[in-house]
Amino acid sequence: MRIDYVLKRVGMLLILVWVAATLNFFAPRLTGKDPVKQRLLKQAQVGGYVQKGMDEMAIEYDKKFGLDKPLWEQYTTYVGEMSTLNFGPSIANYPRTVDEIMSDALPWTIILLGTTTAIAFLLGSFLGAVLAWPRSPRFLQYLLPPLLTLSAIPYYLLGLVLLYVLAFRLPLFPSFGGYTPGSLPGFNFAFVVDAVEHAFLPALSIILASLGFWALGMRAMMVTLQGEDSMIFAEAKGLKDSTLFVRYAMRNALLPQTTALALALGEILSGAVLVEVVFGYPGIGSVLYNAIKDFDYYLIQGIVFTIVLSIGFMTLLVDLAYPLLDPRIRYGRS
Amino acid sequence: MLASGLRYARRNPNLVFGLFLLFVLLVFSVGGRFVVDVGNADPLSVSPEKPPSWLYPFGTDSQGRDLLAVMVAGTPLTLRIGVIAGVIGLGVGTTLAFVSAFYGGAVDAVIRSIVDISLTVPGLLVLILAAVFLKQGLTVDQMALIVALLAWRWPARTIRAQVLTLRERSWVQVAHMSGVGGLRIIFFELMPNLLPYLAASLVGAVASAILASIGLEALGLGPIDSPTLGMTIYWVIYYAALLHGYWWWWLPPIAIITILFVGLFNLAGGLDEIANPRLRKSV
Repeated sequence: MRIDYVLKRVGMLLILVWVAATLNFFAPRLTGKDPVKQRLLKQAQVGGYVQKGMDEMAIEYDKKFGLDKPLWEQYTTYVGEMSTLNFGPSIANYPRTVDEIMSDALPWTIILLGTTTAIAFLLGSFLGAVLAWPRSPRFLQYLLPPLLTLSAIPYYLLGLVLLYVLAFRLPLFPSFGGYTPGSLPGFNFAFVVDAVEHAFLPALSIILASLGFWALGMRAMMVTLQGEDSMIFAEAKGLKDSTLFVRYAMRNALLPQTTALALALGEILSGAVLVEVVFGYPGIGSVLYNAIKDFDYYLIQGIVFTIVLSIGFMTLLVDLAYPLLDPRIRYGRS
Repeated sequence: MLASGLRYARRNPNLVFGLFLLFVLLVFSVGGRFVVDVGNADPLSVSPEKPPSWLYPFGTDSQGRDLLAVMVAGTPLTLRIGVIAGVIGLGVGTTLAFVSAFYGGAVDAVIRSIVDISLTVPGLLVLILAAVFLKQGLTVDQMALIVALLAWRWPARTIRAQVLTLRERSWVQVAHMSGVGGLRIIFFELMPNLLPYLAASLVGAVASAILASIGLEALGLGPIDSPTLGMTIYWVIYYAALLHGYWWWWLPPIAIITILFVGLFNLAGGLDEIANPRLRKSV
């Protein structure tokens, strides 16, 4: 792999961070809405009650991001704070900081999404490969239309249906939250079992809804591979069918799937955020939903920025790993 | 003509099935207006939380909306958001694609980087930031404009690739050497050949715009007083309709959204097959 390619990709990530931070900086200033004042105004409208500490927070925020300083100085401080992931206090939960709230929620989301994406990717790719293989059982073909229909439904709507059927009609699974209220989160057996039970339905809706996407991509790739010289040669050599399937077809078809993974990460995450809202799952999506309800601008901003950043980072990793997986790819000067 | 059309329809069932589903939705939302008073899609029009009956075939919600009226009024609104955003996205994307592919060099590098970087961004989340600032009193059309903010990314990328291959074809080269101007080549040599491809891209853009708009609306960032499909989902979550067992509240919007997406995906697949005959199945 060429070093200039790596540098270019890292540079693109840095540009992304910079653009995102800049947009975040200018959006409130352009629309002339100051989130803190907005919130104070909203509370004043609702009634005399003013959240304790709001004034302190306004002062702290002013001190930190200094509205009295010149604009370029405000801007550099802001971008600096942003790129070190320091988002300041949350408006609705002052004095808790955005970082604290996010670090409570993130493990839930990472575990749920990591597991489901891995399962959906592997299972979907395998299904797609089997569907395209000419010597697979015929009945498998009937799987295709339901898979396609499922992948057309947004994740969270599928979640609503599953919730109704498997938690309310047949009370097999808990309907809400990430663990039984009252139990203490910790790494002991009882809690993990409880958490897995709660995660089952959200996970199922993400897996079912994204299975079709992977299966389709894999199927298309397998179909084009079948005419390749290498396949015909391997068949002529009299290799076993299973060897042909795994070593010759699947192995090559999986490569483009990895690229698709890099591109789909953002969409998967957006869908999963809403799944969390439907299930009241204590991850970043539910936090985001509540932040929107409370107009907690800094929290919203922190979440969006963090996610944009982590997706950018993961895409970078997949891109850099790609030439290691596929020796035919040599990123060079074009 | 008719016979050959029918023969083609048999070869491209995706296209027919997609058009059929969209036609069903069209009949539902146009025909529905003659059957039901769309004014009942506003809150406090009918008595709340009634299960389906002869009077209200889809039942009513907690705020006193007739859900049949909501679906009849909301389906075209959601489609409208998708079509406006899709057309804008395709327009901007195609322009970028042509500029990028035609002028090459530094222009191409800049546009390509912008598109590549923006594609890694989770669209819905960025749209959330935009929508939060305009939260109060969003209209359906403003909603469409917000969704259009990111709708140009895929068209720009895929159409650029298409233009790059077309540009090298001999008839375009001939036109170029005959001294035909750039714009003339774009509109008379390239565009006609790209039309099926553009149509497929448009359907794709509309589908993803609708998906994004429903996502935003489900989070409460939509046109709060319009009965779109996504806003209905928002109220379903807001009033915990699932918990109360109001199945008639969430079933119709989910069914319509599913029909809509399956229809659009099939249509896009069918158009893809026209645009790219190599996809045609041998069976």
